[in-house]
Amino acid sequence: MSQALRGVFGAADHQIPAISRVVRQPGFIRSTLLFIAAAALIVASIFFPYWHMRLNAPQFPQGLDLTVYIDHMEGDISTIDGLNHYIGMKPLGGAAQLERLLAPFALGAIVLMILATAFIHRKWFAPLVLPAIFLPLVFLGDMYYWLHSYGQGLDPRAALSSSVKPFTPALLGHGDIGQFSTDATVRVGFWMASVASILILLGLHERRKARQAALREAAAEA
Amino acid sequence: MKRQIIMLGIALAMPITTSACSRGDVDTSGEAKPAQEDQAAPSGGEATSAQSPDEIAKARNLSPADVSAALKTYMPSGRHDEYVQFASSGHGGQVLAIGLPSMRLLKMIATFSPEPWQGYGYGAKSTMDTLNGGNAGDKELRWADDHHPALSETAGDYDGQFLFIGDKANARVAVIDLRDFETKQIVKNPISNIDHGGMFVTPDTEWVVEGGQYAMPLGGGYAPMEDYKEKYRGHITFWKFDRAAGRIDMAKSFAMEVPPYWQDLCDSGKKGSTGWVFCNSINTELATGKADKDGVNFESGVSQNDMDFLHVVNLKKAEELVAAGKTTEINGFNVLPLDTAAAEGALYFIPEPKSPHGADVTPGGEYIVVGGKLDQNATVYSFQKIQDAIAAGGLDKDDYGVPIIPFDKAMEAQVQLGLGPLHTQFDDKGFAYTSLFLDSAVAKWSLGGDYRKDGLEPWKLVTKTPVQYNIGHLATAEGDTVSPDGHYLVAMNKWAIDRFQNVGPLVPQNFQLLDLDQPEPDKMPVIYDAPIGVGEPHYAQIIKADKLKGWEKYPEIGWDTDKMAKDPDAPLTGTERVERDGNKVTIYMTAIRSHFTPERIEVNVGDEVTLKITNVEQTYDATHGFAVPIYNLNLSLEPGETQTVEFTADRAGVYPFYCTEFCSALHLEMVGYLLVKDTPAAQ
Repeated sequence: MSQALRGVFGAADHQIPAISRVVRQPGFIRSTLLFIAAAALIVASIFFPYWHMRLNAPQFPQGLDLTVYIDHMEGDISTIDGLNHYIGMKPLGGAAQLERLLAPFALGAIVLMILATAFIHRKWFAPLVLPAIFLPLVFLGDMYYWLHSYGQGLDPRAALSSSVKPFTPALLGHGDIGQFSTDATVRVGFWMASVASILILLGLHERRKARQAALREAAAEA
Repeated sequence: MKRQIIMLGIALAMPITTSACSRGDVDTSGEAKPAQEDQAAPSGGEATSAQSPDEIAKARNLSPADVSAALKTYMPSGRHDEYVQFASSGHGGQVLAIGLPSMRLLKMIATFSPEPWQGYGYGAKSTMDTLNGGNAGDKELRWADDHHPALSETAGDYDGQFLFIGDKANARVAVIDLRDFETKQIVKNPISNIDHGGMFVTPDTEWVVEGGQYAMPLGGGYAPMEDYKEKYRGHITFWKFDRAAGRIDMAKSFAMEVPPYWQDLCDSGKKGSTGWVFCNSINTELATGKADKDGVNFESGVSQNDMDFLHVVNLKKAEELVAAGKTTEINGFNVLPLDTAAAEGALYFIPEPKSPHGADVTPGGEYIVVGGKLDQNATVYSFQKIQDAIAAGGLDKDDYGVPIIPFDKAMEAQVQLGLGPLHTQFDDKGFAYTSLFLDSAVAKWSLGGDYRKDGLEPWKLVTKTPVQYNIGHLATAEGDTVSPDGHYLVAMNKWAIDRFQNVGPLVPQNFQLLDLDQPEPDKMPVIYDAPIGVGEPHYAQIIKADKLKGWEKYPEIGWDTDKMAKDPDAPLTGTERVERDGNKVTIYMTAIRSHFTPERIEVNVGDEVTLKITNVEQTYDATHGFAVPIYNLNLSLEPGETQTVEFTADRAGVYPFYCTEFCSALHLEMVGYLLVKDTPAAQ
């Protein structure tokens, strides 16, 4: 595979002798495997929840659940919406619509960029993995944005607007609002994306070492 | 002066305290005691601050047996009962669901009578249609004397899907769907005004059996009582149940015409006796009552013969005769004529002693047990012996041409139990339990044949437990199925007398729970008394609770509870609207905590209003009511349910409609206004 790619991309490269040494380095092969593993983890994470909030109140003995995936939400959404309307919070379905719509395409693009980096040994391909590295942070940042936006954007005419003032629900950990206590945690999908970030960082490190080793080899032969 | 009053107070208090203490007799027998002779019923003990079990028992006068009973029946908060008992409520006209062993009333299922909490019969169209389905022509029937509930069965075991209940007073059958515990259908028997022996299902619920009782001319016409023998008839009606539709199919149902012997209680054969049905009868005397001062009244006239007839119906044969078109139609209903049934081998009689009651088939289908109200025995018939006698042929016939199987050719055993044996149920260890009305007791006795592998003497009384008082039916856990569970028995006592706090001269019935899990086989103590203050229950069935798969909410928002499917025209969030066509106004409304949409409705006096309303909630227990004052409307909308109400706005005025089911902190704010303007409607 790397031979073929080298054939396509490597023909006009003036560093071909050194780069052909790069792909032979064990470190390069390790880095490629790390990138592939990271890409696989990100693809798999689509099917696992990224974030979860449990809401507890006396009259909900089983608790209420809100589970966020990268492209959709699950759980007691209609019940939570029904309760939220008392404090003037907008229905959850309106949140992050664009993100959820684009998420499959964005993840697809991220994965393609990782794979490109995995198989192509050009140095300038390395920045293509940056979106994948920052995916978990971007997810949390976007969650915070929407929690803040929803919590602060309460309808002032709502029934309980005098007793529940605008607030920002806790992104992680424990929160209290009215008779509800909330516990928010990141879930398996988020951890998969986070592990993918670490694998990519390790892959970049391996690749850097492979390039240096190849250059040293070439210099020694010259 | 003041001191004197205090002294007087102490003097008065002394005897009361003393007498309270002197009643602290302790019962260690484990059996409930009969009524005490002194007027004051024993106190349950006073409130106590004691905390340790021993101290509490002492302070409340509880014997060790009382404490055991309490521990066997107490259900801590949040725990669910192991069994659910479905009991008729007699002329209460509804069905009771009671948890066992706690005996807590879970629900009174609205069945034959309007019931406002469930929004049954106060405007909701599906419930009005159900109730009107049970009308007798132009007679609007709104009460019932419901007697015998029957859970649907698969292979002879309760499957927890449907419940049938018969109305003795008007010869009707109701079908309750146990997904939402709502009555879906009431059918009126077109050929009879009254019945008794229903309902009993066949082992796969293809048929729901209804035995008639007081004979009359079939079809409801008039005939003088002098023509009793020729023109009055009994019936056993077989209702065809369409399980997929969840409804009785009247067109495929039929009745068997039988002699005017007052058929009483029936049971279906099981396993080897599947395809046969057995009903006892009580008036082979053909008594017609006391017409003048020299006549004989019914209570004597019906009790003259030492033997009446157990009716043995070959249902398979009857089905074949019906399929072959050998029926006549009465009021559009298929009736298999008596002479055909008798001649073709679909009906046989066996003598049964004396003032018989009940016909209960053993779990394996081998035996039929019949009680005798004025007998001391339970009489056991063998299905195999009945078959042999039929095969042998040469049977005598009664006046109506029905073959009679001789008593001694069919009888397997007679078990002397005591006075007034009525109804029998079974456990998983080869014992039968029979209620004894006159003895006010439950008798436990051993079955024989294959049931007796423990070396005990077969067909023999084991023990009796007194019950309070005048027991009618009894029920053991799944005790009339092919696999009874044992564990619990409920005695359904007609009288309670001194068992409970007086609530006036109309006294609640007493359901007593008996413990069948005692280590000694001759003990079955009463462990709980439950007053039933909502009617006079007759029969009950007890099903393992985990067989019931009731819904927590309707499967889809906009659910039509009659069709049990989503209503494509149901109002949903965002589609609320008011449509007007001349004087016809259609309102599409939703309900959700804590508002209706729309919440202001203006119509003109005389408008014909159709209101469709959906509870769009998806939260378990988030039910909303919808009540309109003066217009006599009240709905119960469970989460997801859509209901339709039709009424003419014939009285001008302002009618605040509101949610009648306390739904939320802002429940009082869940209100709207129906404004009926006194300008006449556009034509």
